Amino acid sequence: MSELANRLISFNYTASLRLLVSLFVALSVALLTGCTDSSISGTAPAGVIYCSESNPSYFNPQLDTSSTTADVNAHQIYSRLLEFDPNTGRIQPGLASSWLVSDDGLTYTFQLRRNVKFHQTEYFTPSRNFNADDVIFSFQRWLNDDHPYHDVNDATYPYFSSLNLAHTIASIDRINGYRIEIKLFERDSSFLANLATDFAVILSQQYGEYLMVTKQPERIDFYPIGTGPFRFDEYQKNQFIRLLPHLQYWKNVPLTDQLIYDITPSSSIRFAKLRTGECDSIAYPSQAEITIMQADPNIVVQEAPGLNVGFWAFNTTKPPFDQADVRRGLALAIDKNSILDAVYFNSASRARSLIPPSSWAYNNDIKEINYNPMRARELLDKAGIAKGFKMTIWAMPVVRAYNPDAQRMAQLIKSYLAAVDIDATIVTYDWNTFRDKLNQGEHDSVLIGWSADNGDPDNFYRPLLSCDAIPSGTNRAMWCNPEFDALVNSAIKISNEDKRAILYAKANNMIAKEIPLLPIAHAKRYQVKNAELQGLSINPYGSIRFEGVTKTVPSPTPSMTSSAVVVSDEVRP
Amino acid sequence: MIRTLIRYFNLTFLTLLILVMLSFGLAYFFPGDPITNLMGANKLDSQPFLMLSSQQTNIFMQFWYYVQALLAGEWGVSFATGKPLYQDIMRLLPATLELSIYAVTIALILGIPLGFLAGMNYHKKIDNIFMSSSMIMYSFPVFWLALLLILLISLQAQWLPMSGRLSLLFNVPHYSGFILVDILVADIENKRFAFNNAVQHLILPTLSVSFIAFAVFLRTTRRSVADVLETQYIKSAQTRGLPAKTIFFRHVLRNALLPVLPILAVQISTLVTNVMIVETIFSWPGIGDWLIQAIYERDYPAIRTGMLLVSVVVVIITMSLECISQLIDPTRDRFAYARR
Repeated sequence: MSELANRLISFNYTASLRLLVSLFVALSVALLTGCTDSSISGTAPAGVIYCSESNPSYFNPQLDTSSTTADVNAHQIYSRLLEFDPNTGRIQPGLASSWLVSDDGLTYTFQLRRNVKFHQTEYFTPSRNFNADDVIFSFQRWLNDDHPYHDVNDATYPYFSSLNLAHTIASIDRINGYRIEIKLFERDSSFLANLATDFAVILSQQYGEYLMVTKQPERIDFYPIGTGPFRFDEYQKNQFIRLLPHLQYWKNVPLTDQLIYDITPSSSIRFAKLRTGECDSIAYPSQAEITIMQADPNIVVQEAPGLNVGFWAFNTTKPPFDQADVRRGLALAIDKNSILDAVYFNSASRARSLIPPSSWAYNNDIKEINYNPMRARELLDKAGIAKGFKMTIWAMPVVRAYNPDAQRMAQLIKSYLAAVDIDATIVTYDWNTFRDKLNQGEHDSVLIGWSADNGDPDNFYRPLLSCDAIPSGTNRAMWCNPEFDALVNSAIKISNEDKRAILYAKANNMIAKEIPLLPIAHAKRYQVKNAELQGLSINPYGSIRFEGVTKTVPSPTPSMTSSAVVVSDEVRP
Repeated sequence: MIRTLIRYFNLTFLTLLILVMLSFGLAYFFPGDPITNLMGANKLDSQPFLMLSSQQTNIFMQFWYYVQALLAGEWGVSFATGKPLYQDIMRLLPATLELSIYAVTIALILGIPLGFLAGMNYHKKIDNIFMSSSMIMYSFPVFWLALLLILLISLQAQWLPMSGRLSLLFNVPHYSGFILVDILVADIENKRFAFNNAVQHLILPTLSVSFIAFAVFLRTTRRSVADVLETQYIKSAQTRGLPAKTIFFRHVLRNALLPVLPILAVQISTLVTNVMIVETIFSWPGIGDWLIQAIYERDYPAIRTGMLLVSVVVVIITMSLECISQLIDPTRDRFAYARR
């Protein structure tokens, strides 16, 4: 056999060798053309790819407070009457070019911008410009229970109902085509700020009517028509969303040729795609990977102080936590700095009060509690807390920017409390059960926090510590102090910021004295992007904005240095 | 031959019937209302579904309407998206088929010639090298290989992309669902560039899937070539003085290839499993990735239809390959039906 095999081999060797070589050549040609052509011939279509973390629930931020929904829609597809200035947080004109507040603070008159065009898409062609009817339509949808669109898609309008805005607004009236008047029941200095949040978007009334006629009203939240810089093109669940520029956008800003949301649930895969250049920017970078990203020359890490606070709240309805001295004693026993290092990895700043330093209501002279276990024990002894006293620390089970690892933080606090002879037990449940049980006040103390929806300081004080916030489930300290309530309620009736700041300073001092909760940290916000991406900045007052974001193409051809389409005045009719 | 065809046709038909019955039964095992589980919604406007949801029917009639609906392309709607499943699947299935076809082709083109080379050098150095390396390849877990490729080639070297079929910046209209074909047919500006981009996206997933299949083909071919070389008819052909070329093409090649086809049939199910894993890792928008998402979201109509479709594809391909291999190799028939 071996002889024959040898003869056969002598022939077959060359044959299979030839075959192999030709195959190899064919494959490598395919590979080489695949690799090299990218730099030689043709140009990739221009556009920006943002790797988002999940599917939006709707294409209308009125219906959902999730940031995934807002990131896609709020600043891309829609515009609002008012906008926040991303640097100062002050309110700027949006679709309303100017506004007037009456002396009693109850009547707001908005002058609307003219020549604002709605999107023209495959599914709808608008025949008129934006006017007062669109504002009334958009507001009445969540305001008025009898509005034909109120119950479409089982909408609950969570943002507006959490602030009880439907009961703040008395009426919305059309004065003429470009002027509307909103009347309130009582003064609310955070009202304008609420109109500038991600959720107060303006829909097209004409589109709403058209969908009613064609008997498919539910499409309004899935095939959106707005006045924002981008229009909806295509959405494949779990895969991508494609938005195209609205060439008749009312602001004169550069817009990229297409904006794509590549839906990538895993944060490590988003980071990997950022490195390979498959994403230009990614949502929710993992805190642990920030250092690696900072070391990469092609990746820019932007950071900004966040409008949030992580805190340790005591259940003030449960003895002995109803005594301020006990709460002060417990607060003195823990070292915030080591918690910042161990839990936030330096991605947060130490919290001195409820509101972060970037807010105008922040006051520097606040008295802060410093780590002092000796004094802590003295106070606890004085309050009659015996050695070996048992208490629970509830640690939330989810990751939030204001507290990336509540379990770990609870462990640390437990060890600090052990040093003052207090025996703490850590309690946790799944997120929904956890919140249900918190609402019922079963906890002794809880590690949780708050992210603000708008730049107004009221968004911290009233939801977190007012008596009204106990039943609605945001006052985790269950703290009800009529004096404090009077302070913050009078603060929202004043429109002068300096006068309001004085009242908030009083409120801060009251919190520092009573310690219903111990503020721990204000987490920073991170945004990472490819170095070639221009014009993307952190929006501290809401979701990401892609207007004016462009990508420089590395190709040397002079005509293609920027992929931006500048919407110039000539384009507009 | 006709008898074989008829037998395989019957076998396929019965297997498919059982599969359809199982998928129908699944709707009753899942929590919730079985009819809603079948349709994905409380009310659908299509004729078979209207009959299905009417109160007067018994379970046998329901099954009959269900079969009618399946044949009419009315597969119900997804719980998660509310979109017709037929459209979703027809959009995703080509992506999976494309990946599988390229992977099998590469595995065959490389595995069989190299298997011959190893078989001709039975128990020699080159054979040993091939055997040990294919053993290593065969033992590679596919998900690990895929991750390794991403780590080395995409992340470290940054040569090839790590996810998807085509950069999302290209807007290629749907034509056949096969991305390369779609690009060639499409009327877009930078066709050539898009084609290259698609090829770059294809390389790593195809490589991951074909890795194990290649090792299997190599080993099977090598074993079969070695067996054939031992047989009496090769020896007699040699003693008759036939030229080596004739012996190789007339006797060795054909006889050695016969056992490879049934192995290919057996490999189909492994291949489909591997394709699903690779799709998930490379975010390849195919049926596997979609089915795994459906399982996460407890989208029962999607799970039912996806399972049914994948098993139907596997059954049909396996059965036809077995049928073909039996037709070219009638000796197998006797083993299948032992006659005393």
